[in-house]
Amino acid sequence: MLQINGLKASIDGKSILNGIDLTVPQGEVHAIMGPNGSGKSTLSYVLSGREGYEVDGGTATFGGQDILAMEPEERAAAGLFLAFQYPVELPGVNNANFLRTALNAQRRARGEAELDAVQFLKLARAEAKRLSMPDDMLKRNVNVGFSGGEKKRNEVLQMALLRPKLAILDETDSGLDIDALKIVADGVNALRGPTFSALVITHYQRLLDHIVPDRVHILAQGRIVKSGGPELAHALEAGGYAAFVPEAA
Amino acid sequence: MPAVAETLDTVQAATEGGYKWGFSTDIEMEMAPKGLNEDIIRLISARKNEPQWLLDWRLAAYAVWLKMTEPEWAMLNHPPIDYQDLHYYAAPKKKAGPKSLDEVDPELLRTYEKLGIPLRERAILAGVEGADGAPADGDRPQVAMDAVFDSVSVATTFKSTLAKAGVIFCPISEAVQEHPELVRKYLGSVVPTNDNYFAALNSAVFTDGSFVYIPKGVRCPMELSTYFRINARNTGQFERTLIIAEEGSFVSYLEGCTAPQRDENQLHAAVVELVAFDDAQIKYSTVQNWYPGDSEGKGGIYNFVTKRGHCRGARSKISWTQVETGSAITWKYPSCVLQGDDSVGEFYSVALTNNYQQADTGTKMIHIGKRTKSTIVSKGISAGHSNNTYRGLVRIDRRADGARNFTQCDSLLIGDQCGAHTVPYIESRNPTAKLEHEATTSKIAEDQLFYCRQRGLSEEDAVGLIVNGFCKDVLKELPMEFAVEAQKLLAISLEGSVG
Repeated sequence: MLQINGLKASIDGKSILNGIDLTVPQGEVHAIMGPNGSGKSTLSYVLSGREGYEVDGGTATFGGQDILAMEPEERAAAGLFLAFQYPVELPGVNNANFLRTALNAQRRARGEAELDAVQFLKLARAEAKRLSMPDDMLKRNVNVGFSGGEKKRNEVLQMALLRPKLAILDETDSGLDIDALKIVADGVNALRGPTFSALVITHYQRLLDHIVPDRVHILAQGRIVKSGGPELAHALEAGGYAAFVPEAA
Repeated sequence: MPAVAETLDTVQAATEGGYKWGFSTDIEMEMAPKGLNEDIIRLISARKNEPQWLLDWRLAAYAVWLKMTEPEWAMLNHPPIDYQDLHYYAAPKKKAGPKSLDEVDPELLRTYEKLGIPLRERAILAGVEGADGAPADGDRPQVAMDAVFDSVSVATTFKSTLAKAGVIFCPISEAVQEHPELVRKYLGSVVPTNDNYFAALNSAVFTDGSFVYIPKGVRCPMELSTYFRINARNTGQFERTLIIAEEGSFVSYLEGCTAPQRDENQLHAAVVELVAFDDAQIKYSTVQNWYPGDSEGKGGIYNFVTKRGHCRGARSKISWTQVETGSAITWKYPSCVLQGDDSVGEFYSVALTNNYQQADTGTKMIHIGKRTKSTIVSKGISAGHSNNTYRGLVRIDRRADGARNFTQCDSLLIGDQCGAHTVPYIESRNPTAKLEHEATTSKIAEDQLFYCRQRGLSEEDAVGLIVNGFCKDVLKELPMEFAVEAQKLLAISLEGSVG
């Protein structure tokens, strides 16, 4: 379970998060919607531990652990996964090697047995197939020369292999056509279950037609200004952010 | 298998810190007194029962050396080297001269074991028992090793398999005794004694090294490998390697180095000469990880090497692949003289410097024959306070119609205290030549590191992964097992360079 209380954060001395309160119980999928500049990406980076983001107050615990005190890789091993809005290219680094290295690093950190190359490839191929990804995507260099849709699918493949307890999807729908969007949504839905939670950050309602959230939160000016059920996203789509965030009008 | 994963495993295992292979072996040494003069050269020559012509050759080289001065054009700084303060000859004390590993000092064998170079070395040691023509062990390629322990080669394996193919692979001191006509014909024919200061010094005092002769039309049945170790206090190492590939032959030669940790700087000045005749191919791969000095820049090996290949025949090919992670100072320019028409020269290099290491390395491609082709791929990685220079020359002779060169120099900076420099020289005297040069300089981006760490990799593992990716074009040129070792080295060499 992710529990955030009064979380404040800034970047270069500029306050972005102004006291976030949010609870995502185990097994639930929550959506965070908000206009540009509301702090959506900052929230995902603060939770995953990116450098340059200063926590000014509040707490964030995940499964009872104070994640803000942990290194990014420790958070990953604890089961936190961030699907990047802009997946990063790693020239010369083979995708399969990268994934296996990451998976085994996490398994090692958790005291689990590592997978050998054969076990890993079997697993990776099966997941890739399920996500309608061609096998050669595993052989290519990480995100190098990938189309926007391929990059996002690669994020979902990584998520499927790493089996996180909490996935944060940072505008994973941006730049996706409807087919790619469905594949991504299917990938997330396949993981849904009692031990998987997700925080789906998005600007648009569209993604939430495919990943139906348990709760929807509206983020504006670094605060959650409204929470509700899936219907809230529809209301937002109809009336725009202005109804909830007067200043954004 | 995915070597990157194994690289990271190894980093985990090797993080106790310090130079992993920094130990010395306690073996009785026989040493010449310090200093360099004609008498020392006579002593070396006498200890090795050399013929008169070789002694004369050494003395002539010494006379040339005395008139020369150390080159100063490289981007390197070091205190002056006192050439009189070195031992020029050291040998493990031996009874008669071991014919097999059984006769080798057990302490020496333990040293090899401690070196722990995983796959190959163990295969070789295990393979010695049934080495007489025994088939290769499963899927593992056969490797023959000529081990140089300080100045004297003490163990040579797989000799009989090679002998059946007509391949000669032995210490050069042995070749002087057994095949004097070959040594005399080719020694100094690629790197003449007066080529440069360090080559002249080597010619005067070289103690041992490898000799390889591949007869006409023979594809050498295994990869040939030499391990060098510098093991005696204040002993300058002057290896001399000579490889001759006759018409239509092929050989792949591997050279790897480790050295014990020392406080004092140690001088190394090797010379390697390669000769390739019509349609012959020589692939020469090096992984160099000599002691680089401590994190303050104290100690470390001074490595001044002259390596040159001569494509004498038409359609011959010489490839240099090097992964340089060690030494306090590296001065090294493996080169190709492309004399035969349609001959090909290649240079693939990774040079990694950390802490206070300095590397000035690159290549020379001299195009003489028609339609000669050369490729240069250089990857320089600088971390800590180190300085890393690529220095390369591409020269197209007037007669070299249709010659082509492609050069790519990439530099990767880690941290903001290090330096990367690229100094390409291009001289073309033929208007039909085509030359391309590409160069990039980059830093490891924060978002790349964060991306890897978010997936569970430690910062150091992430750097190792990104660096190995950066070097991939070169690493893929190495024989498989050597590539695995090289990847580990790159990761280990970068320990402590981030954070």
